[in-house]
Amino acid sequence: MTTVDGRTTLDREAERLAYKPPEVRHDTQGDMTTEQRVETAMHHFVKDFNTQTASYLDGCVHCGMCADACHYFVRTDDPRYTPIWKMELFKQAYKREVGPFAFFYRLFGFKKKVTIDQLEEWQHLLYDSCTVCGRCSLVCPMGIDIAGMVSMARHGMFKAGLIPHELHETAKRAAETGSPLGITPEKFKERVEWMADEHEVDIPLNVEKADVLAVMSSIEIQKYPESIAATAKILNATGESWTFSTDGYEATNFGMLSGNLEWQKAASMKLIDTAIKLGAKTLVLPECGHAYMAMRWMGANMYGKPLPFKVLHITEYLADVMNSGRLKVKKVDKSVTFHDPCQVSRRGGATQAPRDVLKHLGVDFREMPNGGDYNWCCGGGGGVITIKRADELRHRVFKLKMDQMEATGAEELLSSCANCRQSFDDSEQHFGWNHSMGSLMEMVAENLEEQKS
Amino acid sequence: MDLLELARGPVLQAAAYILVGGTIWRLLGIILLAKKPDYSEARGPGGLGAAAKVIWSRAYTAEPFKRATLYPKIMGYVLHVGLFATVLLFVPHIVFFEGFLGFGWPGLPNSIIFFIGVATVISGVALLVRRLTSPVLKLISNFDDYFSWFVTMLPLVTGLLIPIRLGIRYETLLAVHILSVALLLIWLPFGKLGHTFLVFLTRGTTGMVFERRGAKT
Repeated sequence: MTTVDGRTTLDREAERLAYKPPEVRHDTQGDMTTEQRVETAMHHFVKDFNTQTASYLDGCVHCGMCADACHYFVRTDDPRYTPIWKMELFKQAYKREVGPFAFFYRLFGFKKKVTIDQLEEWQHLLYDSCTVCGRCSLVCPMGIDIAGMVSMARHGMFKAGLIPHELHETAKRAAETGSPLGITPEKFKERVEWMADEHEVDIPLNVEKADVLAVMSSIEIQKYPESIAATAKILNATGESWTFSTDGYEATNFGMLSGNLEWQKAASMKLIDTAIKLGAKTLVLPECGHAYMAMRWMGANMYGKPLPFKVLHITEYLADVMNSGRLKVKKVDKSVTFHDPCQVSRRGGATQAPRDVLKHLGVDFREMPNGGDYNWCCGGGGGVITIKRADELRHRVFKLKMDQMEATGAEELLSSCANCRQSFDDSEQHFGWNHSMGSLMEMVAENLEEQKS
Repeated sequence: MDLLELARGPVLQAAAYILVGGTIWRLLGIILLAKKPDYSEARGPGGLGAAAKVIWSRAYTAEPFKRATLYPKIMGYVLHVGLFATVLLFVPHIVFFEGFLGFGWPGLPNSIIFFIGVATVISGVALLVRRLTSPVLKLISNFDDYFSWFVTMLPLVTGLLIPIRLGIRYETLLAVHILSVALLLIWLPFGKLGHTFLVFLTRGTTGMVFERRGAKT
């Protein structure tokens, strides 16, 4: 059960662009008492304290430099958006309950108990105004990974039933139907068949044994279905033994974004089990940022042991097959700039792959000023795009992205994340911006060289 | 036993014990929390090499952040380099360390150390002004920040006063200086000054996690 704060109205039918975000809206889920919520949040905050988080929470010197790396602070000058301030309750819980001097903090009341009012206020700071983009983690002179801790703090917030309504609903739908947009296996099959027909391409589905399992994100399946055909064209062209599967097709992980570890694990296990059943050697993830984080870097930890297959983002797969000469493309005579999805590049380490792909395409590639690993986030990551009340803020931070991209003067904007693409589409509409975000993978699929048979 | 003997003897000794004990306690409290193993397939080398790399590299600011963080960075460098120089390169300090280490090293002329000391205090004041005026710093600062600033500045100021004298006896000034050092040593493991040793953990862990991913550190 999820309840919307009655102090303001939530009109789900209203046009997104007409929506005026309320001053305050604290959503709750479940029917816990106030005390129970606080206790639950504390209990689950504590569960996430390990050597890494403890050293981070103990090591911060309050220099405030992280503020200057955060798009929310840079665009609002509101000190509450200082990344480390978003961790204040997590830190308060650590110092009071777990830290080496917790006894003294409690005894002398140096750190007060976290209150429900604080937790409600931090709902805005931990969800609406953090895309977990990790730019702040790169400026910190102590090397503290603040973004990683925001994801952890969300675990306690979820358990305490203190997360934004829309994000909860989306994550719940994903847990119940297998997809945040409600794409059931039947619907996926329909979309695959439609795309196979429309693009006259063979799309293997539910093949019993295959070397490669390809999966999609629901945004692609629903909003950019051409991605399905593009994926198929590419995998067919490399001569790969591959398949889609109705057992595991959805790569997004709203369990991770919302902070529900059980749902995160369930979503990951669906793909892992499917890949194992197929005897797949490689799981190719779609153009989706957080899906990469969830599976490439967290999947094995959900599984509890190393995965028996390789995990690649589609861009990494493309770079591999293009670098080794297995996939050839025609040259594209265009100027292009590339938006790095935070979870794939900055936090995921696959920054070079899209640059390799663009080189093979022969485009006039124009790197953004402070691009690549220092890229500004699109503003839609971390589940933020689902939260309607965060729209105004999201559009505000998108201005940085627009400026960064316009500075290149490139004709084409490309990315490798459908969520970024969706965020761009929405902001383009909002600002009446005369640009459109495209998919790197689709550009490759459209320019494949005829295969010699 | 006069004040100087007291400061030089039992007080400094007790402070040293508290420093060592407090540091071990804090480090154990953090390290014993442990961390689950990471089963993901590594892309880059993790381990201690990665930790060392970031412990070193994070002393520099990446290009995109340079302009915004210029003021605290410059002041921070002056403060830290100044503290190291005044503590380790002032000849009387070296003589003191030689007393229990058994070996010494060359120092800088007193006049240069005095100049460095003044620059260090100025940088400390500049950082305090930033803390008191920046909306971000005002919001995130707490008692620890101000008290740690105070106990760091105190030995610098009392040390600088020794050659100036101001009509006070040398022995008294020296005793006050040593007592202020004792206060610094006692507070160091408990508050934010613990970053003296925690920096190796924070930068080190980030290095191990993100270098392993082949991600930007």
